Amino acid sequence: MADFTSIPDHGLSWLEASGDHADIVLSTRVRLARNLQGHAFGPRARVNDREAVLKQFRQSTEKAASLRGGTLIDLPEVAVRTRRILLERRLVTRDLLGDDESGPPQGTAVHLSGLEALSVMVNEEDHLRVQSLLSGLRIEEAWRLVDRLDEELGRELPYAYHHEFGFLTSCPTNVGSGMRASVFMHLPGLVLTKEIGKVLQGLGQVGLTFRGLYGEGSEVVGNFFQVSNQTTLGKTEEDLVDHLDKVVRQVIQYELQARQVLLRDARGVTEDKIWRAYGLLRYARSLSFEELMNLLSGVRLGLSLKLLPGLRVYTLNKMMIFTQPAHLEEAAGHDLTPTESDAHRAAFVRRILAAEGEVSPDDAASAEGESSDGLEPR
Amino acid sequence: MSDMVCDNCGSTDAVVHLTQIVDNQMSTHRLCEKCAAEKGLEAAPEPVNFPLTDFLAQMGSDSTPGSDEPQSGCPFCGLTFADFRDTGRLGCPQCYETFSTQLQRLLRRVHGGTQHVGKIYLPPDPSASDLERRLDGLRRKLNRAVEAEDFERAAELRDEIRSLEPA
Repeated sequence: MADFTSIPDHGLSWLEASGDHADIVLSTRVRLARNLQGHAFGPRARVNDREAVLKQFRQSTEKAASLRGGTLIDLPEVAVRTRRILLERRLVTRDLLGDDESGPPQGTAVHLSGLEALSVMVNEEDHLRVQSLLSGLRIEEAWRLVDRLDEELGRELPYAYHHEFGFLTSCPTNVGSGMRASVFMHLPGLVLTKEIGKVLQGLGQVGLTFRGLYGEGSEVVGNFFQVSNQTTLGKTEEDLVDHLDKVVRQVIQYELQARQVLLRDARGVTEDKIWRAYGLLRYARSLSFEELMNLLSGVRLGLSLKLLPGLRVYTLNKMMIFTQPAHLEEAAGHDLTPTESDAHRAAFVRRILAAEGEVSPDDAASAEGESSDGLEPR
Repeated sequence: MSDMVCDNCGSTDAVVHLTQIVDNQMSTHRLCEKCAAEKGLEAAPEPVNFPLTDFLAQMGSDSTPGSDEPQSGCPFCGLTFADFRDTGRLGCPQCYETFSTQLQRLLRRVHGGTQHVGKIYLPPDPSASDLERRLDGLRRKLNRAVEAEDFERAAELRDEIRSLEPA
C-alpha cells in the first residue's frame, strides 16, 4: 500500500484553485516524453528492458534536486485500489496500469515529487513521461518546472536524441520536443450558447486539439475540455507554450462573453438550471459520477457568475476527485457495487455541501470561518 | 471504440453518447452519426486526433510493396514497416534511422517539417557541434529570460553557458 501521506499535498495540489482564472481553468499540465538509448520503446520493451530503464531512472532520482523527498511507487507492488486512486488523481494513465487482469507489467512505476507538482511515469508508452501539474492557468510556470527536472535527469540519463528529429518517441506524433502542454477548461457558457463547436473547430486550425477528462479517446463530461498543442516538432517549447497560452486566454474571453449572453438573454432559465443542480446535489440519495459531473458543471457556473454565494471552487474541485469509485471505496474501507457507489457518492456530496453551510441568494454568506471540509483522504 | 454498437440501428460505429435526464431518470444512449442526425442531435465535434493511421494506410497504398517500402526490419528491435503501419508506434530509437526516408515524409505531413528546433540535449560525451548547438539553445533561453525579467533564471542560464563555453 503506497503511503500517500508521505506526499505533502497527497498529489493533489493542482486542486487548490489558485492560479489565473481558476474557476474556468482547473489545471495546467506540461509533459515531456523521453526515452533512453539502447532499449526498445514501451510497447516492444521486454522485462529486462523495463527493469534496466527503471534501474537507471531510480539512480538518476538521487541526483535530481527537483525530485528530492519524493516517493517512487512500483506499480505491480501496490494494491489495485491504490493504482486506481493514482489514476483518479491523474498521476498515472490507464496505459501505465496495463489491462485489468494482468495489471501493470514488471518495471512500471511512478515517481511523485516531494515539493512541487512534478511526477514521472516510468515505462509507459515512452520510457519516461516527465510531467508537472498545476492549479489554474500557469502554462509558462509548468513548463519551467518540468524543463528544470528534465535538465537534471538529462545530465544523468542517456536520452535517445537525434540531430534532426530531436527527442525520439514511440509515437512519431510526439517526436521533437516530446512536449504536450494541456489546459483543463470548464466551458459551459460556450456549450449552452452552442458556440462550442466553432471554438473547437478553430482550435484545430491553429494547431491545437482537445480531449475529454481522462486524455486521449475519453469523453467530454460535465463541459470539461482538455486543450493541448497538436504538433511537437519544428517549434521551440517556448513558442508552443506561448501559443497555447494566447489561444487559451482567447477561449476564456469567448467563454466569458457567452456567459454574459446567457445572463442577458436567459437569466431566468440559467438561474433555474444552477439552483436545480445545487438542489439535486444537496439532497439526492443516489448519484452516478457522470450525473454528478454534469450537476457540478451547473454549480460551478453559478459560482463563477456569483449566483451561488458562499461556495468555494476548491470544494467543487475536490468533490470531482473524491467521488470517483476508488476514492469512495477507500473512504468506505471496502469494495462497493455500482449501486452502493452511487449512494456513497450522494452521501459524500450531501455531507460536504452541508459543511459549507447554507447557500441562499438572500444570504450573501461569506466563506468566513472555513471549517474542516472533511475531505482529507483517510 | 470501434465496436460501440448503436442503440438505434445496431450498426457498430456508434459515435455519439447521449445522456438524458428526464424526470430525474438518467439514461445513456449510444448512437451512430446517422441515427443521431435523425434524432435532431448535432454530433458533438469529435476530438480532432491525429489521423495518423489514415496517413499510414495511405503511405501503404500509394507505394506498391517492394518499391520504396523497406522489406527488412529494424536491425535493433526487429520491427517491420508493416508493424509500424498497423500500430502507429515505432519499436526503438534505431527505428528512426532504419525508416528515416518514410518517416521524413510522415513527419512533414504530421508536423509540417522534420527539423527539431527546441531544446538541445547534450549527450554525456558531447562533440564540438553538440556543444555549439546546445550553447545556441541556451543563449536563446537567456534572451527570453532577460526579456521576461526573470533574472533568477537568467543567472542560472548564464552560469550554465559559462560552464560549457570553451575556455
